[in-house]
Amino acid sequence: MNKLFASASKNLGQIIDWHLVLSSLIALLAFVIGARALAAPMINGAGATFPEPIYTKWFSEFQKKNPTIAINYQGIGSGGGIRQLIAGTVDFGASDAPMTDAETAKVSKKVLHIPTVMGAVVVSYNLKLSAPLKLSGPVIAEMFNGTITKWNDAKVVALNPGVALPDKQVIVATRSDGSGTTAIFSEYLAQVSPAWAGKAGKTVNWFRGSVGAKGNAGVAGLIQQSEGAVGYIESVYALQNKLPFAHVQNKKGKFVAPDVANISASIPAKAVGDIEKQDFKSSIVNADGDAVYPISALTWLLVNEEMPKEKGEQLVQFLNWTMSDEAQKMATDMNYAPLPKELRTKVLARMKSIKLQLQ
Amino acid sequence: MGIVVIVLFILIFMFLLTNSRPAFEAFGRGFVFGREWIPSEEVFSVLAFAFGTIVSSLLALMFALPISVGSAIFLTELCPSFLRRPLRFLIEMLAAIPSVVYGLWGIFVLAPFVRATIQPGLAAAFPYFGLFEGPPYGVGLFTAGLILAIMIIPTITSISTEVFDSIPNLYREGAKALGATEWETIKTAVLGPGMSGVVAASILGLGRAVGETMAVTMVIGNRADISPSLFSPSATMASVIANEYAEANSDLHISSLLGVGLCLLILSVAINSISRIIIWRVRRKTI
Repeated sequence: MNKLFASASKNLGQIIDWHLVLSSLIALLAFVIGARALAAPMINGAGATFPEPIYTKWFSEFQKKNPTIAINYQGIGSGGGIRQLIAGTVDFGASDAPMTDAETAKVSKKVLHIPTVMGAVVVSYNLKLSAPLKLSGPVIAEMFNGTITKWNDAKVVALNPGVALPDKQVIVATRSDGSGTTAIFSEYLAQVSPAWAGKAGKTVNWFRGSVGAKGNAGVAGLIQQSEGAVGYIESVYALQNKLPFAHVQNKKGKFVAPDVANISASIPAKAVGDIEKQDFKSSIVNADGDAVYPISALTWLLVNEEMPKEKGEQLVQFLNWTMSDEAQKMATDMNYAPLPKELRTKVLARMKSIKLQLQ
Repeated sequence: MGIVVIVLFILIFMFLLTNSRPAFEAFGRGFVFGREWIPSEEVFSVLAFAFGTIVSSLLALMFALPISVGSAIFLTELCPSFLRRPLRFLIEMLAAIPSVVYGLWGIFVLAPFVRATIQPGLAAAFPYFGLFEGPPYGVGLFTAGLILAIMIIPTITSISTEVFDSIPNLYREGAKALGATEWETIKTAVLGPGMSGVVAASILGLGRAVGETMAVTMVIGNRADISPSLFSPSATMASVIANEYAEANSDLHISSLLGVGLCLLILSVAINSISRIIIWRVRRKTI
């Protein structure tokens, strides 16, 4: 056996020229080291999935303009993005919900919340109606509480004059995975209905008899295949997949569809100053205004206020560019709502406070 | 090399144990035996998920076992030899379908069928049971059980086929010589000696069903709830981790999810150990 092995290895040695292997390995190593030295440092980010499509587009467009800058983003969820930023494993995070006080307490440096685009949560349904369904905040809250169980409930009928509503059971579909979408939707419910006070969050214990599905696709699938179903889905997904959505009554009593203009209307010029005072972490649900779609929200990129010089410079350059008309137009084309110009001016001014250090 | 696997397992176990400690400290025994899971109020416990896991897996076994054993008998005893290979290949192919595909198929094909046909039918046939009550969602324990059944059929079938193949032909010839019919031969000379092998195969299938995540998450309805109705939404240990881990932001929530993972690991190890013991006893008997 040993003899056999020895002769075999000797033959192998003759077949493979070890010098060749060694020299090609060294060449490869040199190439890798050289390439690393030439390439810019990779800027890593992780977080929310809702803005992932637009961020991915922004990064690639920005890289075309600045070939030396490479940004890598992973949509792992807002909570994950914040956790990674706290752990210091990424250069920036992204979240649909601002950091909580408990999370802020865990970071040594100050974290800036930079709003990038706006989105909304739509109430999608599966009913054959002669006109789009109209709903008000309190009625939505009662559906998602399990108190309104039939579509021909007097409260729903009152909002939809002239529309024949069927005697069907309301099947409530919710998000089972923790998500920023749930956080925004439940915060809206807490604002419009006292029964919901204190129950908002990324994971909500919905009433017994509601059905949870994973992700927007899961909720949309559940709605599409059950007549009489109602559920909440993020606006971009709903608009792209042409799902039916309810017109929601805003503070002024108007029924509004979740179009990008109506979502952007949630930040009127007079509110910008207040939003700036709160470090841009404001909730904008149920805003006041005629055209306002009430279940709207901002989404943020999170960066440390102190960053190493080289990466920091590039990241700030990118963040400044996201506030340009060009970048915001790209967002609008992908069904995200653009930030109002006044707010973008304030964000640009605020970013000047980022400190870059030589390390 | 084998030592690497053992070390890995011990490391994973230790990781879950140390990281889930805060949850066990906060809730004590209530963490395992409580029924509440309310992330927004920081109340966590495992029992509802353990219930969903065990019931959906047992349902799956109930649906899959007759089909699998029937297929195995057909393949070894009755099938013409030219069909045997392609059929075995097709059954093994079921195991190659990614679980997320099963999940999507479950949402769009199986769930509507369960809602429109199976549930009303069962509810009408057994009105006083309570097992088939509740509004027809189409997703829930029953649908999860069906999907899991399809997923574990290849496991149980292929192991049972091998068990039946290993039974000496002497048995069959003996039974035939005593004047047994085809069915009696199968019953006494194949199913009898192969029974413990079939039991071991089912337990392996059960182990697979317990750990299945994606397909179940998509069709079980995800409600942390213990309800007597088979058509009510439920959740399993694997599905709650898949659903909530990415967005969990409080330390207690994360630690509770890891605690659920620890319980799941213990359950899987228990199931697999039982099947190993059975297989070992069978081997000792037959050889």
